Amino acid sequence: MNIHEYQAKELLRSYGVPTPQGIVVHSPDEARDAVRSLPKGLCVVKAQIHAGGRGAGHFKDHPDVRGVQRVHSPDEAKTAAYQMLDRTLITRQTGPKGRVVHKLYVEAGCNIERELYFSMLVDRALRRIVIVASQAGGMSIEDVAEKTPEKILTVSIDPQLGLADYQSRVLATHLGLQGGLINDFAKIVRSAYTAFISLDASMIETNPLVVTKEGTLLALDAKMSFDDNGLFRHRQLLELRDPNEEDPREQDAARFGLSYVSLDGTIGCMVNGAGLAMATMDIIHEEGESPANFLDVGGGASREKVSAAFRILLSDPEIEGVLVNIFGGIMRCDLIAGAVIDACKEVGLKVPLVVRLAGTRVEEGLSLLEKSGLNVSVATDLGDAARKIVAAVRSRRTA
Amino acid sequence: MSILVDKHTKVLVQGFTGAQGTFHSEQSLVYGTAIVGGVTPGRGGQTHLGLPVFDTMDQAVTATKPDATVIYVPPAGAADAILEAISVEIPLIVCITEGIPVQDMLRVRSALDHSRSLLVGPNCPGVITPDACKIGIMPGPIHRRGSVGVVSRSGTLTYEAVAQTTVLGMGQSTSVGIGGDPIKGLDFIDVLERFLADSETQSIIMIGEIGGSSEIDAAQFLRDSKTKKPVVGLVAGITAPPGRRMGHAGAVISGGNDTAQAKIEALKSAGVHIAPTPADLGTTLQAALKG
Repeated sequence: MNIHEYQAKELLRSYGVPTPQGIVVHSPDEARDAVRSLPKGLCVVKAQIHAGGRGAGHFKDHPDVRGVQRVHSPDEAKTAAYQMLDRTLITRQTGPKGRVVHKLYVEAGCNIERELYFSMLVDRALRRIVIVASQAGGMSIEDVAEKTPEKILTVSIDPQLGLADYQSRVLATHLGLQGGLINDFAKIVRSAYTAFISLDASMIETNPLVVTKEGTLLALDAKMSFDDNGLFRHRQLLELRDPNEEDPREQDAARFGLSYVSLDGTIGCMVNGAGLAMATMDIIHEEGESPANFLDVGGGASREKVSAAFRILLSDPEIEGVLVNIFGGIMRCDLIAGAVIDACKEVGLKVPLVVRLAGTRVEEGLSLLEKSGLNVSVATDLGDAARKIVAAVRSRRTA
Repeated sequence: MSILVDKHTKVLVQGFTGAQGTFHSEQSLVYGTAIVGGVTPGRGGQTHLGLPVFDTMDQAVTATKPDATVIYVPPAGAADAILEAISVEIPLIVCITEGIPVQDMLRVRSALDHSRSLLVGPNCPGVITPDACKIGIMPGPIHRRGSVGVVSRSGTLTYEAVAQTTVLGMGQSTSVGIGGDPIKGLDFIDVLERFLADSETQSIIMIGEIGGSSEIDAAQFLRDSKTKKPVVGLVAGITAPPGRRMGHAGAVISGGNDTAQAKIEALKSAGVHIAPTPADLGTTLQAALKG
């Protein structure tokens, strides 16, 4: 799960990471008032979307307007907010469709001496939490890793020992910090680590972490994401979800315990098992068409789940056909077939449907489908299923 | 021979009396697995499915001397169940549970590295040696004892490989679902190593997916092994968009060599026969065996 910059900063601040003073706003007037209430001087207005690259990104209809703007007065803030709110911001991480900006974060500016980078994440190869520090703040860490890897230092944390402060001091000296700033940095790492562990975070990134001309450290930007598997013990984090940032069909699916990801194609897929669901997408692609979604109904695909899955699939206006691929295993195929038939009748299927069933009581399942009176084509294996749905979709297009 | 489990393997069940534990233990008993009892804290002294229930693994191990344990405990307690099994030195731990927090698994992994136990999973269908021992949730009837070793990150794709090799008459020596989580127990190399050393296993099907570097590491391992046993591979997720988690917690492209394409290239260059689609796993293996 991802959250906004302002939310990440509020969380990190509560654990002791220093951040600039800021106010989240939803209108140009609120932006103006926010600047009035912040300390005099430079302020920054930042678009809040779940994607990076905002400073270099531009708005769809205003290529010269950026996602992060510096303002010097309340009126400038109001103008900036007017240019950004409810408009689509395109960054290197949003893709060409961009994201609509619904919230802004207005922050007090600061005098930057140096920009650094600091992050924490789970390294699956090392099977440890790692801390990454780079001398090149404000740049994407992927670019730095490729062009100047010597600027990056990574340390890993032994899960049994936890973070040791000397590790942070090693990172601090790599960053060129001196004197009191070494311990200041160690305190920031300690605070971030406590947040990481306490909240089942999967990533914390501050880019840049700046040294100010006054000699203090400040997290000018912050990003945080959380392990979905850990959310059951942090219900309070669910409050931070922003429905505007999530695909409505994906949210709907999650309510039914379905794993769903929207894609760009036109063939809807309903599959049990994540691997088989991916493989089903791949085989549709192999046959020359594109999948509309990833959808894993899970091992215990109940009638309710199958029905919800169908409704969600068919709510996508781009859908031209549906492929159901269930390897029943212990699940009985006749039960699944019954659920598919009910769901089709309930939601009113208007596009071609191909069903492939395998596993226990498969003959009974297939015969139910054939007798159902639905416009359903039955496939013997996955390859056959993909060819049939692709053929059906194409003949419908030309009809 | 087979790997990891055979007909002598005595199995305990953690989370024995819950709905999942009960259903799948019944299925395993019908299959002929030597289940010797189970653990559910607070239910010690009772009998379930005609077998003894214990409060702790310590008591269960003293009474039953098991070779393996299977875990059906829900996510909040699953890592603790694995740690408990490690503490009593169970040789083989199979964790079926999906949804264990990553940070819990980091601690488990660290304990495992200092232990004598092997872990299969979590978030996996389990391990089966046909006609001998079924530990987990895979459907028994699609299996047939034979010569193909199957190892996979995906449950249902494992079933595809199993069903196809059964229909073609090759059968399986052992089928191992290593699971879809990013931090787990046995990985491809650990299982491949055992298949290469196993005389009953004459060929191998390995099924990977996007995310992580296990398939790339496995390709290097196979190349170095200079094995003569044919290996068929499949990597799911060619059409998966970067940065999106595809169902499995571990199935996400996060930059570098973790795309399906990169893994397929690495496996191909190590001499692995790539199945064009999951429907072709069996026939690709058949062709490879004919040379």
